[in-house]
Amino acid sequence: MIQNIAAEVLASHQAGPEVFLLKLRAPAIAKVAQPGQFVHIRCGETMDPLLRRPLSIHDVGAGGELFLLYQVKGRGTAWLAGRQVGDKVDILGPIGRGFTLPAKKRVALVAGGLGIVPLLFLARRALEAGNVVDFFYGAQDKERLYRLETLEAMAINLFVATDDGSTGFHGPVTELWKEHLREKTYDLSYACGPRAGLAAFARLAARYGIPAEVSLEERMACGFGACRGCVTALLDAQGKIYYENVCTGGPVFDAASVYWGD
Amino acid sequence: MEQGIKKAKANLAVKIAGLSLKNPVMPASGTFGFGEEYAPFIDLNRLGAIVVKTITLKPLIGNPPPRLMETPCGLLNSIGLQNPGLDVFLREKLPYLRQLSPPLIVNIAGKTIDEYAELAERLSAAEGVAALEVNISCPNVREGGIVFGTVPAMAARVTAAVKSHTHLPVIVKLTPNVTDITEIARAVEDAGADALSLINTVRGMAIDIKTRRPALASIVGGLSGPAVKPIALYAVWQVAQVVKIPLIGMGGITSAQDAVEFLLAGATAVAVGTASLVNPKALVEIIDGLERYLLEEGFGDVKELIGAAQF
Ligand SMILES: Cc1cc2nc3c(=O)[nH]c(=O)nc-3n(C[C@H](O)[C@H](O)[C@H](O)COP(=O)(O)OP(=O)(O)OC[C@H]3O[C@@H](n4cnc5c(N)ncnc54)[C@H](O)[C@@H]3O)c2cc1C
Ligand SMILES: Cc1cc2nc3c(=O)[nH]c(=O)nc-3n(C[C@H](O)[C@H](O)[C@H](O)COP(=O)(O)O)c2cc1C
Ligand code: FES
Repeated sequence: MIQNIAAEVLASHQAGPEVFLLKLRAPAIAKVAQPGQFVHIRCGETMDPLLRRPLSIHDVGAGGELFLLYQVKGRGTAWLAGRQVGDKVDILGPIGRGFTLPAKKRVALVAGGLGIVPLLFLARRALEAGNVVDFFYGAQDKERLYRLETLEAMAINLFVATDDGSTGFHGPVTELWKEHLREKTYDLSYACGPRAGLAAFARLAARYGIPAEVSLEERMACGFGACRGCVTALLDAQGKIYYENVCTGGPVFDAASVYWGD
Repeated sequence: MEQGIKKAKANLAVKIAGLSLKNPVMPASGTFGFGEEYAPFIDLNRLGAIVVKTITLKPLIGNPPPRLMETPCGLLNSIGLQNPGLDVFLREKLPYLRQLSPPLIVNIAGKTIDEYAELAERLSAAEGVAALEVNISCPNVREGGIVFGTVPAMAARVTAAVKSHTHLPVIVKLTPNVTDITEIARAVEDAGADALSLINTVRGMAIDIKTRRPALASIVGGLSGPAVKPIALYAVWQVAQVVKIPLIGMGGITSAQDAVEFLLAGATAVAVGTASLVNPKALVEIIDGLERYLLEEGFGDVKELIGAAQF
């Protein structure tokens, strides 16, 4: 059940260029949140900006804390970045269908840029469920590899890539994953990041016959299935396009069902 | 609510097109899904009426994404009446809706006048439908919708066709995208409409200067939210001067103050759309706020507000 709560800001600090890590007290949401789900945030007290902003759940704390990691893009996220400890933020959540949680499997997580947000939470839960986790993380450059210390402290196999070669593999993270696919097999794979990267990921997963899930983004109004504004194109069993809500039918989808464009 | 304090009561009940509403506040079609989406947030039985998303005879897949764009105090949408069609509505949505206490208003749209008539007939035979809202004003579909809402003679023909195929009250929903909304309103009243809803969204567009392409895949969308309130209020006031049937005012209502303005301009009831998308509790907050306003301003009955603005 989606909760609407006024969450208290417990901490907020910069985690990279224009990227902030926000810690909220939101026990009702944190307790039931699943990796891949998101919250919908009212960014201001007035009607301008009008709509809430969707942000994925980055992590949860044992004491009911909710962590969000976001980039300042425009007015809504700029407002959020201005919140101080003790302020209240109006949030709805947890929303949407998250990732299928694997158990005792060998899984690949592929994060591009801010795609790290839901995948860190998934990695944590996947480890708890006894999976072997290979984590592939790519960004423009090494300054934009957020939460690296946290990832390094986890019992995952971490492989990084940068577009400019400033650290790790030089090139797109999907290319790095491809290198590993030559020798390794995975039971399941998961990705989040820019759409072009997700399409490349989906092609690779299909070629190697690995079940794959992706987290998608669309502009949202309500966030709880009432307006039908946030749809993405999916393919039905006959290969025909239909539209599904990203907010309630996703944001996580089976990569094979997504219409990636022609 | 404060406990132990005996409070005076104001009467919020109104009648519209033969329906008895316990208060004059209802959702606007298309922004309330099929009701169940709001059940986690509000007690649906507190609403004056329930109005569902437009239903068409056959399922509609709607327009391609992106379908939304935020504008200053506004929302542009090009949903394109995506809905599961009449059969699925009757089978899967109506059973839930009919067990709620507020009267259920089903919004309909057809591609042809015959489709409007068929929808009216089949919905009238279904148990639990209290009234029909005839959508001749959606800016986001090519066939049906707005083509019927901009020419008085066409609007009248749709209205007459629906009237002759139903015993239910017929509410006709008008578009502001016409030269003279009073002309359409009069034509529809003459054709037998029991009430009018105004307004549907206002045509608009936005361009993304980074991609240098329209922000909506369909280029044009319908604008709603606080940005359109003055346009909507003006439409209500204008139409209230020329028709005798009751009006349901909508467009940019986000607070009890806004609702009061629409009542003062001549609306008998109000509908809330975009505000509920932003704040899912908006409808009940507006009902509570309306009651507070009546008590504070010394009105015993909400009907005293209808058309009471002094010009
Ligand atoms: C399910 C989901 C989860 C997301 N999770 C994260 C996250 O964890 N961290 C993060 O940094 N970003 C995330 N995003 C993107 C984030 O929602 C946008 O960056 C943010 O809404 C921009 O708001 P703004 O006011 O700063 O920018 P503006 O450009 O001023 O926003 C204008 C409008 O466009 C919408 N919008 C702009 N960009 C996007 C986008 N990429 N997706 C959806 N709507 C958008 C806004 O919501 C708003 O309605 C997520 C998006 C979705 C759909
Ligand atoms: C996302 C969205 C979907 C809508 N869908 C419909 C619809 O299916 N049928 C209809 O008659 N009006 C539809 N409308 C119009 C609203 O019912 C209402 O007339 C309009 O939005 C103005 O009210 P508001 O400013 O309170 O939203 C839609 C509006 C929005 C924002
Ligand atoms: S944002 Fe309204 S249905 Fe998804």
